[in-house]
Amino acid sequence: MKQGLFESRHQPEWQRFGELLEQLERGKAKADASTEFPAAYRRLCNQLALAQERGYSSHLVDPLQQLALRGHQQLYRHRSRLGSQLLGFILAGFPRLVRQQWPFVVAASLLFFGSLLLTGVLVYLFPDLVYSIVSPQQVADMQSMYDPDASRLGRTAARASSEDWAMFGYYIMNNIGIAFQTFAGGLLFGLGSVFFLLFNGLTIGAVAGHLTQIGFGQTFWSFVIGHGAFELTAIALAGAAGLQLGWALLAPARLTRGEALRLAAKASIRMIVGVILLLLIAAFIEAYWSSMVRPSHPVKYLVGGGLWLLVIGYLVFAGRNRNAPD
Amino acid sequence: MRQISRQTRNAALQTPLDTRYQIETPEGIDLPLRPAGLPVRAVAFAIDLGVRGVILGVLLSLLALLDKLGAGLGSILMFLVSWWYMVLFEVLNQGRSPGKQLMGLRVVHDDGTPIGWSASLTRNLLRFVDMLPFGYCLGALSCLQHPTFKRLGDLAGGTLVIYREQAVTRPVLPDATPRTAVFALRLNEQRAVLSFAERQGELSAERVDELASLLAPALRVPPSLAVTELNGIARGLLGPT
Repeated sequence: MKQGLFESRHQPEWQRFGELLEQLERGKAKADASTEFPAAYRRLCNQLALAQERGYSSHLVDPLQQLALRGHQQLYRHRSRLGSQLLGFILAGFPRLVRQQWPFVVAASLLFFGSLLLTGVLVYLFPDLVYSIVSPQQVADMQSMYDPDASRLGRTAARASSEDWAMFGYYIMNNIGIAFQTFAGGLLFGLGSVFFLLFNGLTIGAVAGHLTQIGFGQTFWSFVIGHGAFELTAIALAGAAGLQLGWALLAPARLTRGEALRLAAKASIRMIVGVILLLLIAAFIEAYWSSMVRPSHPVKYLVGGGLWLLVIGYLVFAGRNRNAPD
Repeated sequence: MRQISRQTRNAALQTPLDTRYQIETPEGIDLPLRPAGLPVRAVAFAIDLGVRGVILGVLLSLLALLDKLGAGLGSILMFLVSWWYMVLFEVLNQGRSPGKQLMGLRVVHDDGTPIGWSASLTRNLLRFVDMLPFGYCLGALSCLQHPTFKRLGDLAGGTLVIYREQAVTRPVLPDATPRTAVFALRLNEQRAVLSFAERQGELSAERVDELASLLAPALRVPPSLAVTELNGIARGLLGPT
């Protein structure tokens, strides 16, 4: 068949397909008009293959190729069912993922909690050590925050209830930013994640040890125990996700490094979604519960301990049932 | 044997010399994508940076009126704009952030399908590493050495930044009486003759003559008539329109 004949025969069809594409791209297509779309797309692919095979001119082939490309984009459009996916992920997917990646989770936890406890104990025993880890200015800030004589608790000395909102926003930005950095650093063969895990572990440990040693322990521990369950776990998990990226680069097994990295990133980004959720909860607790002065210290410890058990129990036991909602 | 003959028949469509990236769709056709290089992506990023700056500037100055509540909203906003601006635009606006839209770019998966949440989140969170140690050094290095210009985030996310397709305008073939060539043309020769006729408008008359006269002996016509002969063959190949 001559090119001219082929073209004049199919031109109206291509025109219609183009118009339908335009509607789909703008998101204004009607449902009944789009039912013909897959069939029309397949016909177009067929005609494109024919045109190429018969050596028609590139000014016919190129527009057809563009139509096919645009059709491909619409047919394989990304479908987001965020609501149900997120629910399944929270109920079962996330704890399963954490258990599946246990070597990284254990390694990251050891790095983070290990360095935290070690510095805490060391600073408690040798008080001067704190100044070689944290700057004197920061130490002074921390002391004024957790001074038992101050009327209110929290990262600012005095805060009214209207400030809870401000702190909520601050915690979200600060903590999730740290988690993202800890994760992304893993791309540097895991070194970035190790660095951020140790850095945060050292700082938090030093501050905790120092405050306990000078006798501000009661105010400090009762403040951090509640949200710490979520916040510290989340940082460790972000580190685990980062270590996974680094490990894929260091030991890609039988894949190329690029392919191994791509696969590792797929799993670890899901872990990061879980981390974001944990940190949102942490920010909420930190802004609205931890800063409350009225509950007595035993109540705070009780609730905080309960939250730790909740987080650990959730990560260890949730989603073990095969029939859990997916 | 059959394999070889197919190869030669499709000779004109074989690997192009440019940076095009072929994907094969489940429908059995090859779609060419054109990956975008470093300079155009840098410009797109600069535009996005500017847009973000303006958004933050306007909203933060509005929120400043709200006192403490405004400060809280402000930091949430800051967080959203700095970490989620790209992700939201890429996923909800068919792979185009405003900067990419202006520069005619879009982000797709490696297989050419539109980008989803997890891939977009991966490539944009890892942007942090691309920016190390300063001014996108690692990203630029990775981009420059990769055949399809991927930065580290693209490598991990399995994504590709490509040029959006631009509408092509069709040239009119020069007038000539349709005729057949003195010998049977192979497929790639047919396409070459058609391209010659279609692109005549973009070339000077002398260059057209020069190109056509190369073929004059093969077509068995005097060099002065070679252009008319080729246009005639092109008309003949195209058939009635």
